[in-house]
Amino acid sequence: MAEEMKVIVFALGQEEYGIEVDKVRTIERIQPITRVPKAPAFIKGVINLRGVVIPVIDLRGRFGLEETVTTDNSRIIIVAANELEVGFIVDSANDVIDIDSEAIDTPPEVVGGIKAKYLHGIAKIGEKRLLVMLNLSEVLNRKEIIQLEQLEV
Amino acid sequence: MDMNAYLSMFIDESNDHLQALNENLLKLEGDPNDISIVQVIFRSAHTLKGMSATMGFEDLASLTHEMENVLDLVRNNKLSMDSFIFDTMFKGLDALEAMVQDVVGGGTGKADVSAINAALQSIVKGDYKNKPAAEAASPGGSTAAASGNSGSAMLDIFQFSVLKQSIEAGNQVYYIKVTLNESCVLKAARAYMVFDVLENNGEIIKSEPSVQDLEQEKFDRSFVVFMISGSQADALKSQIEGVSEVESAEVVLLDDESLQLYAPASDSRNQAAAPQQANTTSAPVNREAAKRETGEAKAQASAGAVAVNRTIRVDIDRLDSLMNLFSELLIDRVRLEQLSSEIKRSDLIETVEHMARVSTDLQDLVLKLRMVPVESVFNRFPRMVRDIAKQLDKKIDLIVTGADTELDRTVIEEIGDPLVHLLRNSLDHGVEMPADRVAAGKPETGTVHLRAYHSGNHVFIEVEDDGNGIDGAKVSRIAVKNGVLTEEEAKRLTEEQMQMLIFAPGFSTADKISDISGRGVGLDVVKSKITSLGGHVTIRSKQGQGTVFSIQLPLTLSIISAMLIKMGDEKYAIPLSSIVETGIIQREQITTIHGNQMIEFRGSVIPVVSLGRVLDVPGYREEEETENEIVVIRKGDKLAALIVDAFIGQSEIVLKSLGKYLPSIKSISGATILGDGQVALIIDPNAFIK
Repeated sequence: MAEEMKVIVFALGQEEYGIEVDKVRTIERIQPITRVPKAPAFIKGVINLRGVVIPVIDLRGRFGLEETVTTDNSRIIIVAANELEVGFIVDSANDVIDIDSEAIDTPPEVVGGIKAKYLHGIAKIGEKRLLVMLNLSEVLNRKEIIQLEQLEV
Repeated sequence: MDMNAYLSMFIDESNDHLQALNENLLKLEGDPNDISIVQVIFRSAHTLKGMSATMGFEDLASLTHEMENVLDLVRNNKLSMDSFIFDTMFKGLDALEAMVQDVVGGGTGKADVSAINAALQSIVKGDYKNKPAAEAASPGGSTAAASGNSGSAMLDIFQFSVLKQSIEAGNQVYYIKVTLNESCVLKAARAYMVFDVLENNGEIIKSEPSVQDLEQEKFDRSFVVFMISGSQADALKSQIEGVSEVESAEVVLLDDESLQLYAPASDSRNQAAAPQQANTTSAPVNREAAKRETGEAKAQASAGAVAVNRTIRVDIDRLDSLMNLFSELLIDRVRLEQLSSEIKRSDLIETVEHMARVSTDLQDLVLKLRMVPVESVFNRFPRMVRDIAKQLDKKIDLIVTGADTELDRTVIEEIGDPLVHLLRNSLDHGVEMPADRVAAGKPETGTVHLRAYHSGNHVFIEVEDDGNGIDGAKVSRIAVKNGVLTEEEAKRLTEEQMQMLIFAPGFSTADKISDISGRGVGLDVVKSKITSLGGHVTIRSKQGQGTVFSIQLPLTLSIISAMLIKMGDEKYAIPLSSIVETGIIQREQITTIHGNQMIEFRGSVIPVVSLGRVLDVPGYREEEETENEIVVIRKGDKLAALIVDAFIGQSEIVLKSLGKYLPSIKSISGATILGDGQVALIIDPNAFIK
């Protein structure tokens, strides 16, 4: 049951991550972001994407990693899943590759400090390259935001 | 044939017809002797029957058919409407509505209509008075009785007199009924071929259904034609049956007497015969004249309604995307205006100014496209009020005014339920029982006004009853008992505030719980719904004289005027509709009362809200300034002052939602896109006033 799938590759720190290409609407350069008061810290704010207001989250912050300043290589990946459209700030995004669905293994408990539930699996590409596949519906799970809110209150 | 292509048309039109049936039946109930209303109802029912049969909704067709039979008797003065017939007809309508709804929901439109059918049939047979309803009558007998009648009243006065004159002149007039094969696919084409044959033989005076309906296949399997012809009946019959897929043709030669059978309903004897026999028929003519006088006012009213609008139906999604595209254009326009003011080239500025004017017009137009008359919500209320009044044994007149007032369609979609609640509340708790009303010196019949009107940038919808009014003291007692507020708090309330308590969650003053209202859910839902639409409700009530619920709604939800302000490096928009005024105050004018910052403003003391602190704005500290800019906002009759960094100016902004991902944030109601392409958040002034 081997299936080829196209994956957008992006980087957070030293790690490489993948999102299926059909979940990605567009990749944008960093642009001015309007801060939204009272929102969880990893929500950086909202941007205007061709007339539509889209929230942008810092993936590092979402995963509880240390946040860094954006560089020229930083990108906003706009993904659409669960009828939501959200932008991810990532360190860089510069590759599209084909991977075999059989090459994806279930993730170990913790990868680079990211809880396993956010991960769909680990794909092995070639000999040394490892790609962490994101579980978008968990990453975009709104329940956690609500819980976070309650914690802050 | 692909029926799906016609399904949406069928649904739209059925809903229109059902609505018309409902309205006219109500009208008829008010004036049961007005045959002209019966005619209108009959036409609606007939069209509905034809459409349902064409679409294959058998139960719909059979029920409308039975209703049609009853109406037919009524319009031929063979039956007069009474409350049993009205109730049965209304029940029939409800069943029809349910079936159409089922079709809308993707169902087959099937329902068990035998009980209603039987009731209708018993009306047709005239035995309902002896054994009312249910007794299932054999369908065969009644349909036979019905078909005997169905021919009558097919002709209008003009057609009747033409036929009559040609009989008198010695020509042959035929009644021809053509029935097509059940398997016939191209019914319209066959009908056309039959007409072709007939036209070669003489002149067609009338066909039922009309030629247009036949062309559009809006008929079951048979149609009836009246014609003047020189040919013999047998010859005609064989020619018609020569057309393929014609099952049978019934050709009847009419004489003076048999033509009367098809004469126009009540008027036949006087209208057609009067010119010739004026002397002998003077009595009916007088009656006719009297009827005309009373009917005149009504005729004028209906003439106004009949004025046909030339319209097309447009998919709502398309209107929405037009709106979205236009909003993008509006953003570009603001951007262009900025650029041209920087570049300062006169011809560029002129062009941009012209574009601005055009786009303002365009904006008005696009917004108007989304406006729908509240009629579409109001029109179901007369029926509802009738039913509830009957249920409660109260006598209530509903007077609807301003049904043509237009509102944005998003508001229209949402406003229906709150209005139902308010009306039910007025009927149940407002208007008293007839005996109590008489005792209080009021007319026995209560009046409920439902009115809509424009005022400024708002639309008001009011529900007014002339009932007992709201007893503020009683309301606050119950509120205290139900734990809505403490006794201490209750003592401080004004009469108006006490009345507003009926909108509090978990509140009900009804002594006994009824089916209609009084379960303590409802009015608080009404309030929150209306608030979510950007409107608000107020109550004006006088003990013993009645209550007015007034709903204020914004004209549109998509483009608003706003004041843009700056907070540090950030920009925000405040809806102009809630701004009272802007100003500058000295820091030392702010006093602290009981831990709250207040200022004196135009003779009253109002709270001061530090917007910077509420929104955690980085890099702006109002305390460091000696003067603060303030925006005074209003919610109801309460005021508050927001301290802002600086004013930018007034602008038309397009409302955008923040998307589903973000949790809802108090004090922010949405976002908009500014001329420079950046997103600015819109402040919800209501969040700052408790």
